[in-house]
Amino acid sequence: MSQTAQTVREDGVIASVSGPVVVARNLDARMNDVVYVGEEGLMGEVIEIEDDTTTIQVYEETSGISPGEPVENTGEPLSVDLGPGLLDTIYDGVQRPLDVLEDKMGSPYLDRGVDAPGIELDKKWEFEPAVEEGDEVGRGDVVGVVEETVTIDHKVMVPPDALDEGETAEVVDVKSGSFTVEETVAELDTGVEIRMRQEWPVREARPTVEKKTPRTPLVSGQRILDGLFPIAKGGTAAIPGPFGSGKTVTQHQLAKYADADIIIYVGCGERGNEMTEVIDDFPELEDPATGNPLMARTSLIANTSNMPVAARESCVYTGITIAEFYRDMGYDVALMADSTSRWAEAMREISSRLEEMPGEEGYPAYLAARLSQFYERAGYFDNINGTEGSVSAIGAVSPPGGDFSEPVTQNTLRIVKTFWALDADLAERRHFPSINWNESYSLYKDQLDPWFQEEVADDWPEKRQWAVDVLDEETELQEIVQLVGKDALPEDQQLTLEVARYLREAYLQQNAFHPVDTYCPPAKTYLMLTTIETLNDEAFDALEAGVPIEEIIDIDSAPKINRIGVQEDYEEYVDELKSEITEELRSLY
Amino acid sequence: MKEYQTITEISGPLVFAEVDEAIGYDEIVEIETAQGETLRGQVLESSEGVVAIQVFEGTSGIDQKASVRFLGETMKMPVTEDLLGRVLDGSGRPIDGGPDIVPEERQDIVGAAINPYSREYPEEFIETGVSAIDGMNTLVRGQKLPIFSSSGQPHSELAMQIARQASVPEEEAGEDDEGSEFAVIFGAMGITAEEANEFMEDFERTGALERSVVFMNLADDPAVERTVTPRMVLTTAEYLAFEKDYHVLVILTDMTNYCEALREIGAAREEVPGRRGYPGYMYTDLAQLYERAGRIQGREGSVTQIPILTMPGDDDTHPIPDLTGYITEGQIYVDPDLNSQGLEPPVNVLPSLSRLMDDGIGEGLTREDHADVSDQMYAAYAEGEDLRDLVNIVGREALSERDNKYLDFADRFEEEFIDQGFDTNRGLEETLDIGWDLLSMLPTEELNRVDEEFIEKYYREDVSADADEAETEATAD
Repeated sequence: MSQTAQTVREDGVIASVSGPVVVARNLDARMNDVVYVGEEGLMGEVIEIEDDTTTIQVYEETSGISPGEPVENTGEPLSVDLGPGLLDTIYDGVQRPLDVLEDKMGSPYLDRGVDAPGIELDKKWEFEPAVEEGDEVGRGDVVGVVEETVTIDHKVMVPPDALDEGETAEVVDVKSGSFTVEETVAELDTGVEIRMRQEWPVREARPTVEKKTPRTPLVSGQRILDGLFPIAKGGTAAIPGPFGSGKTVTQHQLAKYADADIIIYVGCGERGNEMTEVIDDFPELEDPATGNPLMARTSLIANTSNMPVAARESCVYTGITIAEFYRDMGYDVALMADSTSRWAEAMREISSRLEEMPGEEGYPAYLAARLSQFYERAGYFDNINGTEGSVSAIGAVSPPGGDFSEPVTQNTLRIVKTFWALDADLAERRHFPSINWNESYSLYKDQLDPWFQEEVADDWPEKRQWAVDVLDEETELQEIVQLVGKDALPEDQQLTLEVARYLREAYLQQNAFHPVDTYCPPAKTYLMLTTIETLNDEAFDALEAGVPIEEIIDIDSAPKINRIGVQEDYEEYVDELKSEITEELRSLY
Repeated sequence: MKEYQTITEISGPLVFAEVDEAIGYDEIVEIETAQGETLRGQVLESSEGVVAIQVFEGTSGIDQKASVRFLGETMKMPVTEDLLGRVLDGSGRPIDGGPDIVPEERQDIVGAAINPYSREYPEEFIETGVSAIDGMNTLVRGQKLPIFSSSGQPHSELAMQIARQASVPEEEAGEDDEGSEFAVIFGAMGITAEEANEFMEDFERTGALERSVVFMNLADDPAVERTVTPRMVLTTAEYLAFEKDYHVLVILTDMTNYCEALREIGAAREEVPGRRGYPGYMYTDLAQLYERAGRIQGREGSVTQIPILTMPGDDDTHPIPDLTGYITEGQIYVDPDLNSQGLEPPVNVLPSLSRLMDDGIGEGLTREDHADVSDQMYAAYAEGEDLRDLVNIVGREALSERDNKYLDFADRFEEEFIDQGFDTNRGLEETLDIGWDLLSMLPTEELNRVDEEFIEKYYREDVSADADEAETEATAD
């Protein structure tokens, strides 16, 4: 959390305390100002002003706080520190680094009243200038570069609020060498001093020039996502599902394997042990694109379910603001929020403490507006400094009772363009990822097809459509099978069921815990599909030639399709398998 | 300490009093009635001049002349290793006739959140001796794994079986420091005296009591006290685990009663209710309990939780099981149908899940083939279950040979794997071997979730041959 507090406005005193909501009297404050509450200085934010009383949501546990204690106003809205050092760090919901908190508190428990800057203030970074004295720069322009991690070059930019739109200024001084984030590295003729550290209020989107139609997929290495329901770089997606259906595993897989430059992972009101798993695993895992540790491109925000509820409300904003900052540098950023339902519940909890008139299911009436504001901050943008960058937002949703008709799911679906519906039935039979192929959709499919045709195969869209058709047909046939049994179906339909089974078991299922199968490049996804299609075509030829269905189904080579996923040298394996299937089936007639 | 006789309003479990000093939120209050009875409560809302107090024992007997004392501190639990072997009431006072508790420390019962950065990821297998859990929903140290049950089901028997049998695999126990012992902390919230007796008898019979601490809030004890009991339990658990190096297993029963108490207080405070009248902050409140399970880096002990909850109407979309499922790391379902078939324990593995299983099993931890066996049994049992519906319509004869094998699998899975009895303690090796016995009924091509290497090593040709023979005979007949 940002440390500056220049304009100290009039302070007040606490009038009443009820859970995370504190009411103060005589506090001169604006909406969303950050305040320090009580003798211990607990961080809070102004959320309502009426006459001389101010309502504050407090980001820390309030037990023991009593009326009469002081409230100090910083006069600044809730902001995050931006600069080198954001990556390879884990924060709580108001951007306090958790490792620093552990040191400062000297205990494994989160104590209160401890603040810490979001980025390390004393660390020296090697600053390499990208401009010369006399150059004209506008807002957002890059004045220099710092190697933040082995993977990412951090671009030091003119802060967007330093100059007006369209205004340029002359660089009168630029340095080179090693500096802390608070030292001046460049100076403009307007008197603006540029440091590596800037601040930005979390509830305000950073400016851009224009939002564009995204045309590049965010390749995830997950067959069902890349193959059937792709998301674009700069796109939005929702993963709703009841508990136990694999939301978190899917989010983790995306964080590990999505081909974005930067990953921001927001654990919002979820399990402590899950966050620990991420903290343990990510430094050990390799980024498939660069071979560097995954943490070198990742920033984690962890506000677990037992951490204060108000900080849960703010953690998604902290996340998306950091994401926008890297987007401004021209990077493709992917943000995962797990789970947006917990965020919505935090809003509901605060709202009910304020005794606001509730909307649907007790959620505040502004729920839909807040959700759409959040997802609208994602997109593929022309940045103000002339670069292009994107923020993709992927939100998990945890609908109560797995019922998708509830307000958070419904309001999310009205905004996002990709929908990955998780299904408890599939999870029960250990079909993972348990994404239901009948209910899910992606509205990016058509605009992403050219990329897949160019990069993978010309007939990518046709192959996908074939798979979808077979799966659709299977769903219809299964209804009949439920009534009369499989053997009562005509032979060609029995064969379709068999082909669909391979689609489900080999293609759609993917083992996230298998070292090879966990990441499947699009080329492999494509080859796997064509192998199943080979089986389909050859089997139908055989059937037409009069071979009995039992013999076709019984061939030895077909089950090997299930093993393509775990093959490292899949090209060779697939080639051999295709000819094996062809030979075996042709030998039957 | 100032005393007030300024009660203005008494409503349900709440008392409102006027004060002329600053009273801290969550502070503990003592109320002395005219009859000389002392009741305890907690500040729920503090404003200038007036406070709202929630009284744990209920407000009956309080009148406006009762005197109110503010203790100036939040609720604390006296903790010491000597608590082991003791029986306490729901607010932590001894009820076993033993000596007073001499505390080593007094700890705040509202535990602070563990910094996720300081946690250690749980991945040490706990052997419960129950095949359905060890084999397919493995419990690890530091996990929170609730039992989802409904009224009239033997969830208590299952919980007791786990408490009795839980152990760490031997070779590991040998490496461990001598201090790492198992302790069981049992928190009863609103259970009947009879149920409580069953637990106590079992504890005494098996001698488990000396390594246990029991907190009893019975059905006729004040409901509000139930909101304190689990916090007392977990404070004790954290102390024993993280200060005294115990591996603590916490059993909380019944979480449904706890949530009812929350709803009661919410209603008395005239709060805006959430789903089905439960307060909107129930998720946060439950998380503050469940998230106190775990391991901490550099500390020897661990807190493992097995909360039990009875789902109203056996409906897992009810807010209590629903919110619980979103916080806990999996769940074990006790199934009424399996229970009426006489299975002991009647665990339905299909909807059950242990989220931490994958990291706690496998080579070096349990056995190399554990994950594959588990996955394959899930898939096979699910398929068998599906086919049962079909059999009801078309009959077994109309099904293929393959389908019949799956049906047999499902039957034998229930009889041999699940139905082990509440008194049988099965080792993991035995559990997995039974698993292979069953899987070997299916042809190897069907075992698509098992690595070929393990099929070669563990698949039992004799069993599959037997099955085939039986099949041929049956056809011949």
